[in-house]
Amino acid sequence: MIYNLPFLTVVALIAIGMYAMLFKKNLIKIAIGLTIVESGVNLFLITLGYREGGIAPIFTNLPPGMSPEEIPEKMVLPVPQALTLTSIVIGVAVLALILSLAIRIYRHYGTLNAEEVRRLKE
Amino acid sequence: MNLMEHLPALIIAIPLITAFLTPLVDRASKKARNVLVFISLLITFILVVLLVQRVFDKGIITYVMGASNPTETIPKQAAVPIRIVLEIDGLSAFMLLISIFISFIGLIYSFAHIKEGGGRFYTLFLLMVVGMIGMELTGDLFNLFVFLEILSISSAALIAFEFKRATTIEAGIKYIIISSISALFVLFAVGLFYGEYDLLNMAAIANEIGGALSHIDKIALILLFSAFAMKAGIAPMHMWMPDAYGEAPGAISMVLIATTQASLYALLRVCFTIYNEALHVVFPIALILLGLASIFIGVTMALLQDDIKRLIAYAAVAEVGYIVLAIGAGLYGFLGGGDKFASLEMWKVALKGGIFHIFNDVLDIGLLFLVAGGIIYVTKERSLNKLGGLAHSMKYSSILFLIGLAAVAGLPPMNGFASKIIIYESIYGVSPILSIVAILASIVMLAIFVKIFHAIFTGPKLAEHGEVPKYMLASMIVLAGLIIFFGLFPDIVLKNLVNPAVNALMEYGKYISAVMG
Repeated sequence: MIYNLPFLTVVALIAIGMYAMLFKKNLIKIAIGLTIVESGVNLFLITLGYREGGIAPIFTNLPPGMSPEEIPEKMVLPVPQALTLTSIVIGVAVLALILSLAIRIYRHYGTLNAEEVRRLKE
Repeated sequence: MNLMEHLPALIIAIPLITAFLTPLVDRASKKARNVLVFISLLITFILVVLLVQRVFDKGIITYVMGASNPTETIPKQAAVPIRIVLEIDGLSAFMLLISIFISFIGLIYSFAHIKEGGGRFYTLFLLMVVGMIGMELTGDLFNLFVFLEILSISSAALIAFEFKRATTIEAGIKYIIISSISALFVLFAVGLFYGEYDLLNMAAIANEIGGALSHIDKIALILLFSAFAMKAGIAPMHMWMPDAYGEAPGAISMVLIATTQASLYALLRVCFTIYNEALHVVFPIALILLGLASIFIGVTMALLQDDIKRLIAYAAVAEVGYIVLAIGAGLYGFLGGGDKFASLEMWKVALKGGIFHIFNDVLDIGLLFLVAGGIIYVTKERSLNKLGGLAHSMKYSSILFLIGLAAVAGLPPMNGFASKIIIYESIYGVSPILSIVAILASIVMLAIFVKIFHAIFTGPKLAEHGEVPKYMLASMIVLAGLIIFFGLFPDIVLKNLVNPAVNALMEYGKYISAVMG
């Protein structure tokens, strides 16, 4: 059960983020919702690589007294970490773009309410 | 070092490096910047043509990023592909050719009207090209996500490029939110696959799935299917398309069509290559129904529009519907649905029509967008009610618009007719109702466009305008020439480009074995 906790957190984060994106009208809150979904997905990725009592997957920096045979089993998976890092960087870029567009929206419309930002009809 | 071997990497690298050089060169000289962007895209175009030539000669080409031997897809110490593998088959080659051609035309068109902020514009433009081409080159699912995000970020910024108009920002923020949520769906699906198989390579995942779906595969399928369908603008997930297409500056509307088609390509990859025969028959039926919905919504909403670009954007929704309808019918037969349809092999014809229509869609709607962009540039007016009598001063534009509208409505001898007749004929095998709806929608489309032609070009002269600038005219004429050429000689395209693409879709085993050996 305790090992499922990260996955339950993932579900909770994605659900909260989706709720914020679907039901909140403020553009900043929508951006926050998007970030929460993204954190959920990132947590999911990083959890996939978890190993109990694992060490960092760096061969040149091993804890002393470890025999080379048992090393690969003890290491956490490096690929999900690389994926997560990439996804975090992309997430920052997306968030920056959304917020800068939101600033411009506020300048043009004087509001951040998504219901009032509707000059594009139909 | 054999340079031909490194073509796939160069095709991504050249525009990417130039994209970041552009702002630097822009500080020195505007002319040098234009020349730089033009030359880099021209070189990419030539390299893509060489690559496509190689794919048609030698079959599927794989390229391993960062390996000492770029053709060794599986390293000696491992049993599965570890590095990022670029994989180009007939379908990727076909899509690559469309993307780079449309980007090139779009670039020439942009030279005419991008005056302020050109440094930003061309940087984003090249990044958009990188994202689009990368999606079509890659054989790695996570890499696909990265390129999808590059594409989304740069297109959103381009849509909001004319930020002095409030509506462009509105369209841009809508686009980036929808894009990033669908990209997160893709990332989640990637995580599911990685957790299940420890693999990121599409061919390797397809090999592991091998006809039997686990629960996790099904969840990943739903996520990927909905995410790419949303990015491809299939109804009812089309609502961002009219905004984005309608508000984007000039030729970007046209290039955006090519980018949505890159997502459509990803959808095809997921359906035909990763899941292939394990796909439940409900998916093609869903595609057929969504295609019909797209056609219906696109055509009816186009009737109500007042803004010229928005109207064409709704026509673009309908055109996507035709592609999806035909491809859905093809997939239906591919999975053995509809006894008579499957046994007569009409589904191959449907697939051919759908793939051919991808090219025709971007040419036809693209031409209309270019003419509309020219009209907006010259008259500074987007409303159909305020435009009129333009044929007096814009003779060439009006003729080109006429060609475009005939092609969109599927009149002979334009290319739209060549692919639509194949679609009507083949989907009749699934259900005659599909053909009837498709033909009726085409007729309504003709009526709509004749109405706009009448509104914009005929009537008394309202004000004195010149013709559109030379660069704009040149790019429109190239498109119009291709439209007529494809309409008169569809066999050349079908035989040389469309058939290899359709074969690549059907022979998914080859795509898998090219990587797995």
